[in-house]
Amino acid sequence: MTDSKYFTTTKKGEIFELKAELNSDKKEKKKEAVKKVIASMTVGKDVSALFPDVVNCMQTDNLELKKLVYLYLMNYAKSQPDMAIMAVNTFVKDCEDPNPLIRALAVRTMGCIRVDKITEYLCEPLRKCLKDEDPYVRKTAAVCVAKLHDINAQLVEDQGFLDTLKDLISDSNPMVVANAVAALSEIAESHPNSNLLDLNPQSINKLLTALNECTEWGQIFILDCLANYTPRDDRESQSICERVTPRLSHANSAVVLSAVKVLMKFMEMLPKDLDYYGTLLKKLAPPLVTLLSAEPELQYVALRNINLIVQKRPEILKHEMKVFFVKYNDPIYVKLEKLDIMIRLASQANIAQVLAELKEYATEVDVDFVRKAVRAIGRCAIKVEQSAERCVSTLLDLIQTKVNYVVQEAIVVIKDIFRKYPNKYESVIATLCENLDSLDEPEARAAMIWIVGEYAERIDNADELLESFLEGFHDESTQVQLQLLTAIVKLFLKKPTETQELVQQVLSLATQDSDNPDLRDRGYIYWRLLSTDPVAAKEVVLAEKPLISEETDLIEPTLLEELICHIGTLASVYHKPPSAFVEGSRGVQHKRIPIRSGSGESSESQDTGGAPGATEAPAAIIPSQGDLLGDLLNLDLTPPTSTAGAPPGPPMPMGGMDLLGGGLDSLMGDESEPYSPQMPRGADTPQSLRFSHSSPSSPDYSPTELAPGPALQLGGDIGGSPSMGSGFGAPAAVMPSSLNAPVGGGLGDLFDLGGGVGMPMGTFVPPKTLWLPAMKGKGLEIMGTFARRAGVIQMEMTLTNKAMSVMTDFAIQFNRNSFGLAPAGPLQVPTPLSPNQTIDVSLPLNNGGPVMKMEPLNNLQVAVKNNIDVFYFSCQYPISMLFVEDGKMDRQVFLATWKDIPNENEAQFQINDCHLNSDAASNKLQGSNVFTIAKRTVEGQDMLYQSMKLTNGICVLTELRVQTGSPTYTVSLKCRAAEVSQCVFQCYEAALKN
Amino acid sequence: MYCSCCFSLPNSSGFSVATMNGQLKKCHIAITSFIDSCSSHNLDSLPIVAVEMIHSLFLINHSGDIFLEKHWKSVIGRSVCDYFFEAKEKAAEPEDVPPVLQTPHHYLISIYRDRLFFLSVIQTEAPPLFVIEFLHRVVETFQDYFGECSETVIKDNVVTVYELLEEMLDNGFPLATESNILKEMIRPPTILRTMVNTLTGTSNFEERLPSGQLSTIPWRRSGVKYTNNEAYFDVIEEIDAIVDKSGTTVCAEIQGVIEACVKLTGMPDLTLSFMNPRLLDDVSFHPCVRFKRWEAERVLSFIPPDGNFTLMSYHVNAQNLVAIPVYVKQNISFFESGSGGRLDLTAGPKQTMGKTVEGLVITVHMPKAVLSASLTATQGSYTYDPATKVLVWDIGRLNPQKLPNLRGSLSLQAGAPKPEDNPSINIALKIQQLAISGLKVNRLDMYGEKYKPFKGVKYVTKAGKFQVRT
Repeated sequence: MTDSKYFTTTKKGEIFELKAELNSDKKEKKKEAVKKVIASMTVGKDVSALFPDVVNCMQTDNLELKKLVYLYLMNYAKSQPDMAIMAVNTFVKDCEDPNPLIRALAVRTMGCIRVDKITEYLCEPLRKCLKDEDPYVRKTAAVCVAKLHDINAQLVEDQGFLDTLKDLISDSNPMVVANAVAALSEIAESHPNSNLLDLNPQSINKLLTALNECTEWGQIFILDCLANYTPRDDRESQSICERVTPRLSHANSAVVLSAVKVLMKFMEMLPKDLDYYGTLLKKLAPPLVTLLSAEPELQYVALRNINLIVQKRPEILKHEMKVFFVKYNDPIYVKLEKLDIMIRLASQANIAQVLAELKEYATEVDVDFVRKAVRAIGRCAIKVEQSAERCVSTLLDLIQTKVNYVVQEAIVVIKDIFRKYPNKYESVIATLCENLDSLDEPEARAAMIWIVGEYAERIDNADELLESFLEGFHDESTQVQLQLLTAIVKLFLKKPTETQELVQQVLSLATQDSDNPDLRDRGYIYWRLLSTDPVAAKEVVLAEKPLISEETDLIEPTLLEELICHIGTLASVYHKPPSAFVEGSRGVQHKRIPIRSGSGESSESQDTGGAPGATEAPAAIIPSQGDLLGDLLNLDLTPPTSTAGAPPGPPMPMGGMDLLGGGLDSLMGDESEPYSPQMPRGADTPQSLRFSHSSPSSPDYSPTELAPGPALQLGGDIGGSPSMGSGFGAPAAVMPSSLNAPVGGGLGDLFDLGGGVGMPMGTFVPPKTLWLPAMKGKGLEIMGTFARRAGVIQMEMTLTNKAMSVMTDFAIQFNRNSFGLAPAGPLQVPTPLSPNQTIDVSLPLNNGGPVMKMEPLNNLQVAVKNNIDVFYFSCQYPISMLFVEDGKMDRQVFLATWKDIPNENEAQFQINDCHLNSDAASNKLQGSNVFTIAKRTVEGQDMLYQSMKLTNGICVLTELRVQTGSPTYTVSLKCRAAEVSQCVFQCYEAALKN
Repeated sequence: MYCSCCFSLPNSSGFSVATMNGQLKKCHIAITSFIDSCSSHNLDSLPIVAVEMIHSLFLINHSGDIFLEKHWKSVIGRSVCDYFFEAKEKAAEPEDVPPVLQTPHHYLISIYRDRLFFLSVIQTEAPPLFVIEFLHRVVETFQDYFGECSETVIKDNVVTVYELLEEMLDNGFPLATESNILKEMIRPPTILRTMVNTLTGTSNFEERLPSGQLSTIPWRRSGVKYTNNEAYFDVIEEIDAIVDKSGTTVCAEIQGVIEACVKLTGMPDLTLSFMNPRLLDDVSFHPCVRFKRWEAERVLSFIPPDGNFTLMSYHVNAQNLVAIPVYVKQNISFFESGSGGRLDLTAGPKQTMGKTVEGLVITVHMPKAVLSASLTATQGSYTYDPATKVLVWDIGRLNPQKLPNLRGSLSLQAGAPKPEDNPSINIALKIQQLAISGLKVNRLDMYGEKYKPFKGVKYVTKAGKFQVRT
C-alpha cells in the first residue's frame, strides 16, 4: 500500500467521509484521515472545511500526527483565524515540551500562522525559545523572528526581539549564527536605513569564524552579508579575502558564487602591485570554469555572472576561451550566453580559433543561435582589427550559402564593418548587391540601403537600386523609410544631376504622404537644407561619422560596478540594478564597490582608462538609463563643499527614473508641435537636433542585445528607429561633427549662417537658450548661457516663475563632468520668487569639482532644487569658457610642442562663410583667450599660429589659414588630448561668426 | 476514478469533472474564491515585502500538469505557472525552457530533472543559484528516499514528500538538507516498514532530535554500527570533448567525481591520498573535507557521512593531459541533386591506455530532411528514428582488430534541397579500470577507530559531452 490510496475516494462526499474518519476514536484511523487531508491539500484541493476536525487531532503524543496537523494549520489558519485560536493553547504547551524537537516545531509553526491574534500569544514562547539551552531551538527561533517581523514589524521592535537576534550573532553554535545573520539580513532589507547589521571588525571576525563551521546554506547567508561590509583598509580587505577563498572549493555552486562576489568586491581595495592581488586573480579562474560543468540551469546563472566578471576583469578568464565553446547538446539558453562571452574574450591571440568556431556554429540548426553566431563574427571584426579581413571573407562565404537568414544577418554586420573600417572592404559591395532581392527583414533592408547610399558614388546603378525600394515606400517599416530617405539625399548630394527627380519624389513621400512624425521631420529638414544651402546640407548629411567601437555593447561602468556587488542575485542574471525590477517597498540601495583609499586612486583609473571594462567611461559608451539615474543620484550623495549652503535634495526613490526621463525629454523640446506644411522657418533647435543624430533610444537597456546598436546610430543616419523621438540619452550622445555647436546652437546656427546677435568684442557669449521649460520644471523656467568674465566662469541664468505660487529655497548642483566644473558658491536667488517674476542670476563656477568624462565633452548635467521639487537638465558650455588668460605660449615652446605632438593628434576643420580678415579674426579670438603667437603670409594666405590653455592645463595649438577673398577658413589643430579638438573647433566657429 | 482525472488535467480546473456530484462543484467554487481572497489579501493588508526566499514549489510533469504544490507561506494560485507554460510552449525541447523567468509579481526558477519540472516561485531578490541548488537537493533527496524521482513515486509517497519538503525548508531558509539528518527525522519508506507500520501502527517518524543536526559535523549521525566495516571509492571521469572534421581536438576536458560508499562504525577519521594530486585543476569538496589539509599536503582528510556521498569533484582541462580514447572516421554526404546521400562511419581506438572500450554508442543527429537510412553495420545494431531524426548505432565492445563500420545510403524527403546544416555525432562509451586523467589513489588510512575496514577503489571513464563534427 502506498500513499496513492489517499487520493482515491468513495463516491459519497469526500469531505463528509473524512470528517467522520477524523473524529474516529481509533488513533490509526485518525492518522490515516489526516494523511488523506494532506494529500488532497498537495494537489490544490480545498479541504479547509475540515479545519475544526483536524485541529482536534492536534493534542496527541504521536509526533508524526502532530506534524501533519501542523502542516495543515500552516496552510489554512489564515482563512479560519477564529478557529486557529483554538490551537494556541496546544502551541504554548508544546513550546515547553521537554523534547527540543517539539519545542522547535511549535515555535516554527506558530511563526508560519499569519494570524494577528496568534502572534500576540507567540511573543512569550518565542522569547524563551531564543534563549533556549538547545541550539536547534535557538536557530529555529531566530528564523521565527524574521517571520514575525514580516507579519508585525512594530511588535518585533517593541518586544526587543531585534536586540536578542543581534546577540545571537555571537552565539557559540555556528548554525545559530548563520540563521541569525539570515534573519537579520531579511529584516534589514525591508528597513534599508536601520543599522541592524552593524558590521564592524569584531562582528566580521565572528562571521568569518562561523563561516567555516556552518552549513552550506548558512555560508551563503554569511557571505552575502560580508559582501555588504566595507573594509577599513587594504589589509583588512586582504585578510577577509584570505579567509573567504577556501569557499571557492565548495561543492555548492551558490557558495562558490557568493564567495566570488565577496572577492570581486574586496579585490578593488587591494593595491594592484601586491603579490596577493595576482594570486587572487589566479585563484578565481578555476572555480568559475568548474561552474560550467554543472547542470545547465546552474551554468546559465554562472554564465550571466561570468559575463559581468569578464567585463570588469577580463584578465581572469582570458586564457579560458575553450571552456566557452558551444557543445551540441547545450540548451539554447546556454549556447547564446556562451557566444556572448566568447566575443568578450576574443583577442588577437585567440581570434583564429574563435572564428573557426563561429563559422561552425553558423551551420547549426537553431535559427536564433545561427543569427547570433553571424553577428558575433561581425563583432569580432570590429573588436580585433587584425581579424577584420578574415571575418569579412568568412561572412562572404556565409553569404554564398544563400541561406536567407544568414545572408540578412551577414549584411547587417557588414554594414557595421564598413562603419568601423571605411574605405577598406568596399570591394564586396557587388556581392552584397546580388542579394538585394532576398532581403525581407527591415534591419537587413535598412542596412543594405545604408550601404548603397553611403557608397553611391561607387555603385553605378545606385539610383536604380534605391528607386526599386521606393516603389513600396509606404509598406516599408519606419526604419527602412528613414534610411531610404537619407540614402537618396546622400545619393543626390553625390550625383546631383541624375537624381533630382528621385529626391523630389522621396521628399514628397516623406513629408506629405506619411503619418510618421519622425519621417516627416527628417524629410522637412533635408528639404530645407537642400533648398537653403546645399553646402551646409552636404556637411550635415555627408558628415564624417564617428567610428564605432566594440565597447558599445559593454555594460556602462557605473551599472557594471553595481552589478558586480550583486553577483549571484537575480540582478546579475537580468543585468539590471535590483531597484529597476524588484517589486516591493524597499528603498533603493545602490551598492558600490569600495574604492581603495590613498593616492593611487586617480592614477589607477587613468591606467585602466583604455582597457575594455575600465572604470572610466570609454568614449563611445552611451549611458544607459540606469546609469544616468545613478549619476544623478550621486548629485545628492556627494554634495561638493562649495554648495554647503544648499540643503541636499530630497532622497530620490524609484520615481527618480521618471523624473529624469521627463527632464531629458524636456531638453529635447518634446512638446512636438506639428509642423505646418509650409515649412516653417526656424524649426526649433532642439527638435532639429533630434533627428539629425538619431539617439540611441532604447530605454529598455538590454545588455544581451548583440548589435552594436547605439554607436551605430550615432552617425546619424543608420538605423534610425521609430523610437528615436523619445529623446532618451540624446543629450549625452556624440553628435555628428558639424552639428556640435556650443550650447545646443546646433542646426539653428546652420540656418542662420552669418546671422546672429552682434556681439561686442571680448569673450563670445552665446545667447541664452532654454534649459528647463516651465512645463518640466513645474512652473520654473530656466534660460541660460555661460560666460567668462574677468577670468571667472559664470553660469548666467534667467529664472522665471510661471507657476501660481511663490518659489523659495533655490539650490543647484552639478553632476561630475569632464572639467570638474562646480558651483563656486551657493545659488544667489533673492527669494521668494513670486509668480510671473523673472530674475537674472549669475553663478560663478570653479573647476575643483569631481571629474568624469562626459559625452560630448562639454556636457554638463545640472540639478536645480526649489521648495517644489528637484529638476534635472543638461546643457553644454562652450569650451572657450575654459580658456585661461595666461594661455599665450612662447614662440619657441609653441614650435617645439607642435613638433612634439604626434601627427595623428592633428585635426583639421573648415569654417565656411566667414568674411573677416585675418586681423579681425585674431582680435575676435583674442577676446576668447585664444592668443595669436605669430602670423605668416604665404602666397596670399594668412597663417595665424595660435595657442590656448584650458583650466586643467591642457594646451591646444592651432594654425588658422585665411585665404584672402575666400570665405573659407581652415583650422589645423594639435593637442595632446585629441578629444577636445571638436569642442575647440566649435568655439572657433562660434567666435568667428559672432 | 476521480484521482486519475484530477491528475491528467493541467490546472485546478480539474474540477470540470464536476459531473460527479454537487459537492465537488461547491468545492471548486470554494477553492477559486479562496485563492482570490488570498491574493487580494496579500496585496491589501500585508506589506508587499515577503521575507522568504522560496515561496512555493510546483511539480509539473512532462505533459504540463501540476501534480503537486507546496507553499511555505501563503498560497499562490496556480495561474502563476501560466508564464512558465508559455515559455515551455516556445521552447523546442523541455530542456530549452529558460531556468529563470520574470513575471509581473514573481520570479519563476525551475529545473528539469527526470522528465519533471521543479518550479519554484520567488517573490524577492534571491540568489538564483541558491534556489537551483536547493531544487537539486530536493531531487536528490527524493531519489535517495524512493530510489527514483518520478511522478508515480512522488504520488505514491506524497505524505513523506510533504514532510520532507517541510523539513528541508523553513520560511525560505533551508533547514535540513543532508540526507543523513533527514533520514534520522523521517525514515525512508521500505516495503517491510510500510507493512510493519500498518500492522503495529507505529510511525515512520523519529521521536528524538537527530544528533548530527547540532554537532559541528552535521553530515554524520552518531552511534553508527556495522558488522562489516567497508569503505569503497569510485573514481568516475567523464570526457567532454569536441573533435573537428579532420580529427583534431578542438577542446577537451575531464570532469571527475569521487563517489564514496562508506559504512564504518563509530566516528572514523579517514585520510585519502593520491599518487598525483597536482593533476587536478580545480576541486570542489564535500563539506566534510578539511580544506586546510588539502591546501598544505594535498590529501583528503575527513570524517565521512554515513552511506553514499560525493566526496569531491574535480576538473582537468589542460588539453595535453586529456586523452581521446576513440576516433570516428566519418563521411556523410548528400548528393547535389538533393535526392539522397551516403553515410560511412568507422570507429577505432585512439588512446585507450591498453584498456578495452565498452558500451560504445554513436548517435548522429541528422538534418530534418533525412527520411530514412538503409545501412549495414559490421558490428552492433542501428536504429533511425524518423521523428527525431536521430540515428543510434549501438556498437558495444570495440575490437581493435576488427574495426566496426556502418555504411549505406540515406534518403531525403522528395523535393527537399540539399541540407545545409551538418549532422552532429555524439559518442557514448565506457572504459573500466581506468581514470583517463591518470589520477590514482595512493592509500586510505583510518584513524579514531580500532577495527580494520575493507577498502576498495574502482575507476571508470565515460564519455560526457563527446562530440565529433562533420
